[in-house]
Amino acid sequence: MSDAFVSDVVDQAAHGVAQAGPLLEQSSDPFVMSFSVFVLAIFVGYHVVWNVTPALHTPLMSVTNAISSIVIVGAIIAGGPPEMNLATVLGLIAVALAAVNIFGGFMVTQRMLAMFKKRS
Amino acid sequence: MLSANMVVLAYLVASVLIILALKGLSSPESSRRGNTFGMVGLFIAVVVTLQLSTVQNYAWIFTAIAVGGLIGAITAKKVPMTHMPQTVAFMHALVGLAAVLIAVSAFANPVGYGIADASGSLHVASRIELFLGTFIGAITLTASLISFGKLHGTLSGSSVTFTGQHLLNLLLGIVMIGAGVMFCIEPSWTPFLIMLGIAMLLGVLLIIPIGGADMPVIVSMLNSYSGWAAAGIGFTLGNNMLIIAGALVGSSGAILSYIMCKAMNRSLFNVLLGGFGGDTPTASAAGTRTDRPFKSGAAEDAAFLLKNARSVVIVPGYGLAVARAQHALKEVVDILMGQGVQVKFAIHPVAGRMPGHMNVLLAEADVPYDIVHEMDEINPEFSDTDVVLVIGANDVTNPSAKTDPTSPIYGMPILDVSKSAHVLIIKRSLSVGYAGLDNDLFYMDKTMMIFDDAKKACESLIQVLD
Repeated sequence: MSDAFVSDVVDQAAHGVAQAGPLLEQSSDPFVMSFSVFVLAIFVGYHVVWNVTPALHTPLMSVTNAISSIVIVGAIIAGGPPEMNLATVLGLIAVALAAVNIFGGFMVTQRMLAMFKKRS
Repeated sequence: MLSANMVVLAYLVASVLIILALKGLSSPESSRRGNTFGMVGLFIAVVVTLQLSTVQNYAWIFTAIAVGGLIGAITAKKVPMTHMPQTVAFMHALVGLAAVLIAVSAFANPVGYGIADASGSLHVASRIELFLGTFIGAITLTASLISFGKLHGTLSGSSVTFTGQHLLNLLLGIVMIGAGVMFCIEPSWTPFLIMLGIAMLLGVLLIIPIGGADMPVIVSMLNSYSGWAAAGIGFTLGNNMLIIAGALVGSSGAILSYIMCKAMNRSLFNVLLGGFGGDTPTASAAGTRTDRPFKSGAAEDAAFLLKNARSVVIVPGYGLAVARAQHALKEVVDILMGQGVQVKFAIHPVAGRMPGHMNVLLAEADVPYDIVHEMDEINPEFSDTDVVLVIGANDVTNPSAKTDPTSPIYGMPILDVSKSAHVLIIKRSLSVGYAGLDNDLFYMDKTMMIFDDAKKACESLIQVLD
């Protein structure tokens, strides 16, 4: 195998790598990227949740309530613009609702988890 | 202000912390730290979002967070543990409503969300995402409100059915999807609002046929929906953190629904079709009742058996929660354990009105979690048990689930209570359980019925035992 051939292959490979980035960017929709993340997260959720002990299924539900209230991020963006109109007001109401769940969800979970004690 | 890359990385950190919050729940010891991880994760997510350049309305946003946070904190401090199922159902409704409001806001101001081109026309992908996010959010909202009403007793827990119910739901579903398709072709308020209205109506119609004791499945399913609604908003915003958090919650709720269905030996579809029992037994059940002989006893008889037992297993059910008897029961357990009796608890997965309901009630009453066992762990031990005390449970102990192929609950996994030497059943009357079935366990030679409210029965046991 000649050195020239090897360097040729390396050159081509490097070229290919350099091409891969921009090519992908041109051809993939942001939705497809989000969808990939979505599917992977479902897998993570599947494996993590099967490991949750059945005794803690109620705290699991209350903490997932707090977690799904991460929609507060969308609500803050909706309520973010300085001018008050329908979109902003609805966003602000959503901020308050999500805040109820975040505080309520985490605090009630904490209260429940504090009750689970071993035999002394 | 953070650069765009920094924002995405901070969101990634928040996502990892949220995964760790769920991972912590694999054991009670690690769960408290996990919960802290979750709080930090949400805190990072909120702070990073607040410093985005488009977010300027600080006074109002902080007011909204303060008002909402205060209400949430007070509720979390005050709510009794027996009210957890309806509290969780109500919180699902809040997530659903928040998702709907965000979707409406995004549709009212698409340019502000970056989901429209310069002329203000929505991207096609965003139209589909808005449609999905809105209808899942709307169904979650009204379905959770109805569940809340049923669990809280504001609405009757029994199943509401009428002719053509499923056909009506199907038609409404088709009209809703039709409106959604119109919205995706030409986004305007008319199809959007039609879709929203029908989704809210469907949420109500889907839950009214479902009876009280099927609620563990429904609460889990709505938990799942609230996650998918959050993920839907994440797709609309192109925000991976929301997608990850939503997908985690969505799969969590789906797994819980699966576990609950399996514990009742029914399919999710069968539960959703509804019409299966309610808080009050149906007339058809009365036909199966017989005048079979049974033994009943007083607290003194029960106390005698319990005191002289070597090992006792207690099977709690929804009746324990209704009577709020968990603290009185704990006193009984303390006295017995003080006298050298080995006491364990056996929990059926669908005991109570939500997954894990009994475990939380017992934990509240200071019952150590290492004497509380799941069905699969404890079932082999019943044959070595002297006395089983069934308190407020019925169908989950019915031997006909194993022996009678014609029984509607045949195949449902049960606690093998009948294998123990003696069975004590605390129950208000000989009435049938949720499934509308007579329970052969009541008529066995080894069984003694104690007809009383769960709490009063425990209180009389305490008096006699002391």
